[in-house]
Amino acid sequence: MTLFPLLDTLFPAGHDASVTRQVIAGTAHTAIGPVALLGTVDAAAISHDIALRLASQVLDLVDQHPGRPLIFLVDTQGQALARAQELLCLNGSLAHLARCVDLARRRGHVTLGLITGEAVSGGFLSFGLMADRVYALQSAQVRVMDLKAMARVTKIPHERLVALAASSPTFAPGAENYHRMGAIEALWDTPSSELLEQALAQLRASQPGGDNRLQQGRLRGGRQEAAAIVAAVLAA
Amino acid sequence: MNLPQPSPPSRGPSFYEATARQRVNRLLDAQSFAEFLPPQSAHSSPHLALLDLPGALDDGVVIGSGTLGGKPVQIIAQEGQFLGGAVGEMHGAKIVGLLQRAIRDKPLAVLFLVDSGGVRLHEANAGLIALSEIMRAVLDTRAAGIPVFALIGGMCGAFGGMGIVSRLCSAILMSEQGRLALSGPEVIETVAGVEEFDSRDRALVWRVTGGKHRYLMGDCVALVEDDVEDFRQTIITLLAQWQENPPEPHALRAEQERLTQRCQQFSGMRDGLEVWAALGVPNPQQIPLLERDALVTLRQGLSL
Amino acid sequence: MDQLTFQFPAQPCKPSAKASLCGVVSSGNLEVLITQGGQPNGCEVSIHTSARGFAPIWQAVLADFAAQHALGGTAITINDMGATPAVVTLRLGQAFRDYCGGAQ
Repeated sequence: MTLFPLLDTLFPAGHDASVTRQVIAGTAHTAIGPVALLGTVDAAAISHDIALRLASQVLDLVDQHPGRPLIFLVDTQGQALARAQELLCLNGSLAHLARCVDLARRRGHVTLGLITGEAVSGGFLSFGLMADRVYALQSAQVRVMDLKAMARVTKIPHERLVALAASSPTFAPGAENYHRMGAIEALWDTPSSELLEQALAQLRASQPGGDNRLQQGRLRGGRQEAAAIVAAVLAA
Repeated sequence: MNLPQPSPPSRGPSFYEATARQRVNRLLDAQSFAEFLPPQSAHSSPHLALLDLPGALDDGVVIGSGTLGGKPVQIIAQEGQFLGGAVGEMHGAKIVGLLQRAIRDKPLAVLFLVDSGGVRLHEANAGLIALSEIMRAVLDTRAAGIPVFALIGGMCGAFGGMGIVSRLCSAILMSEQGRLALSGPEVIETVAGVEEFDSRDRALVWRVTGGKHRYLMGDCVALVEDDVEDFRQTIITLLAQWQENPPEPHALRAEQERLTQRCQQFSGMRDGLEVWAALGVPNPQQIPLLERDALVTLRQGLSL
Repeated sequence: MDQLTFQFPAQPCKPSAKASLCGVVSSGNLEVLITQGGQPNGCEVSIHTSARGFAPIWQAVLADFAAQHALGGTAITINDMGATPAVVTLRLGQAFRDYCGGAQ
């Protein structure tokens, strides 16, 4: 499903989202009232320009619509790969975006990420993964690196990685792995307005703010070490 | 993804050449360091064992508490020599745990000795999620009024998610040898070609990602010598005057303005030399040769 | 990766630290952890090494070290990424000095 039919499905009461140079922004109507939409399309490579335009939208929302829920539409191939970008400290602009999302959370905006396409590395870290809860369409592609490239870099045979990926969620691409490890709340087989409104209602009721991913990863069996280590550090 | 680089000569014990444990012991007051989850009570990563690789008992990061100039601090030090200081499940959880503990114990500051290429590919998903948790935990620590200082001067620099984490900290201290960026030059060269970024051109790599460039641009607050003692003295001075402010819209608006303005000012540039010239540096080609003190004086003379 | 374990007879040692760690797991290097072991007149060694097929060399290097140092009552844990015997002996010596605090 392409993005606009998807948004029409998710928001039958209407939305006014529009796309400018790979950034999508707008407002949608839901049973709990208006929600802000913000994200990227066409597997955007996150550059200074995109990060700063997203950040600016988040700051405007905090100013103009205090408390309005924020839905991130995630579709990114990662960060822009260019020397000119690094020269101006791309990690700094991505950090700024993450701080703006963090500010919105602290000011009472619930944030919900929905991976509509790809979710990769730095682009995912600075934005989608900063949401209180992240959901993914069944077709979503979530990864750091594909297994062939990983085999090249780590010098571990590709067949070996493929075989191990069948039993371990730790390294291989796939939204299901991120679900087992606690970073994705649920995968949606068929996107629907009911699922979205349920998710928003749950989010508002649960008074998020705390990071629940360690516990979810432990409960779902995908990340057994992390929660125990954090507990051990606190007890040390 | 970042190859170790040979270090230029330095004065005291080199920060660049030291291991994470040596850095911690020399940075903090003598005998004051108490390690959390020390090697004798730890086990190495089961994920690495599954891939038939030997792990390290500390999983490449040392955490604990100590004093700095007599004041209580907590500390995180990544070991760049072990798998590039990269973040896996256990490594990341130790950092998150330390930051959560800082919120509870309220030390004067957290010192984060960053030396990392970012996500550990052998545990890619666990590493990415851990980095996201570290980002949130750094922001939570700062929101609790405890400053987090990033110290960058190791052989792996601060790349990938650790580059983002570093810029989420209250302030960054860097040595000239330190590097700070998102994608490593090797990654950009592999994907975009050697014309885009020649990762073997060390001088270029430093003009784009190195400590002097980041200092001239205001992305790190202090440029220090490659000397653990200089890091120590600088952080003591900084801490004495530091005021950690809660996250506020006006501060983020100001940062938004600064970042937007400089993207316009330096649009299209691809080399530190061009940026330094645009900043008004009289002889940009001299920058790589300048001593630290001379560079600090030069920067103070620029209208930034 | 090879996982090896050895036991060597050794004179009892007088530790001055609870544990000592030397070295870093990186190419051509290793970490050596010495802690208290279960046998006063013996030393237990457990090794993870990325280099396969070097058990006889480990055996020889460690037996030599155990014969020359009072390692009794210690347990030694090693994580190795292809260190040479000279580097192994160097790290063992550093870790042992720290463990005994120069009392040796």
